Amino acid sequence: MQDSFVDTILPQLATGSAHTSALGFVFDGLYEGDPRIRVPWRPDLVGDPDTGVLAGGLVTTLLDHIGGLAVWTAMAEFQPIATLDLRVDYMRAAHPRVDLLAQGKCYRLTPTIAFVRAWAFEEDPSDPVAAAQSAYVLNRARPAREKTAASREATA
Amino acid sequence: MSDLLERIPYARFLNLQTLVSGDEITVILPFADRLIGNPMLPALHGGSTAALLEMTAMAQVALAFPSPRLPRPINVTVAYLRTGRPVDVFARASISRAGRRVAHVQAEAWQEARNQPIASLTAHFLLDNP
Repeated sequence: MQDSFVDTILPQLATGSAHTSALGFVFDGLYEGDPRIRVPWRPDLVGDPDTGVLAGGLVTTLLDHIGGLAVWTAMAEFQPIATLDLRVDYMRAAHPRVDLLAQGKCYRLTPTIAFVRAWAFEEDPSDPVAAAQSAYVLNRARPAREKTAASREATA
Repeated sequence: MSDLLERIPYARFLNLQTLVSGDEITVILPFADRLIGNPMLPALHGGSTAALLEMTAMAQVALAFPSPRLPRPINVTVAYLRTGRPVDVFARASISRAGRRVAHVQAEAWQEARNQPIASLTAHFLLDNP
């Protein structure tokens, strides 16, 4: 993958919009080819004032966004995409006053649709706070039978 | 009751406004520049619409089933139907069924026209019943 895409464009896509900037999203690099975003804990992002845990709506936003980032990572380029749908399972309460991470994997890229799974966690991806399954529409159809980034790496 | 969302820091961050009409809640997400997710269109970030829907569903459950603890989401599914334009968003939720432990809730968000929703939500909440 081109260095400029990973070093410049992906961080910009992760954090550059007004909403992601207001939420304090930080691009945390690629882990085995999959992008990661960090949300530093902040009191104004809390969902339950009795516990200090980050809001479910914030987790949903984070998982929606990391999913989009996973699609761009798989395409190794930016093009407009739109979330078609997104399902989030909240498996446990997040730890209070702790940063949240999210990592996403685009596991199938068709000419028009990208299928993604994503997880939110504090430290260990295998102990997720929430898991998402989502689909994204590519606004410009891609050539058929193009391989995903993951399968390109596997055959490289 | 209308101050339920005012207690939630993230609802205040989004500046959510609550209108209670009898047993039904309408939640308003006033447009603000910091809700923009796509500056080129421009369009609202889908996450801000999803958060509005989730908060609306939670507030509707809390109104129907008062409890000291906030209802906790088990899972939510959001379908994005139209691009969120840079104007206010409204949302309402209805409880399809509530058992002893779990409530099934549906919600819709719209902008200019109620019959042209920009997103819909289906969710399950855990009720805090003894």
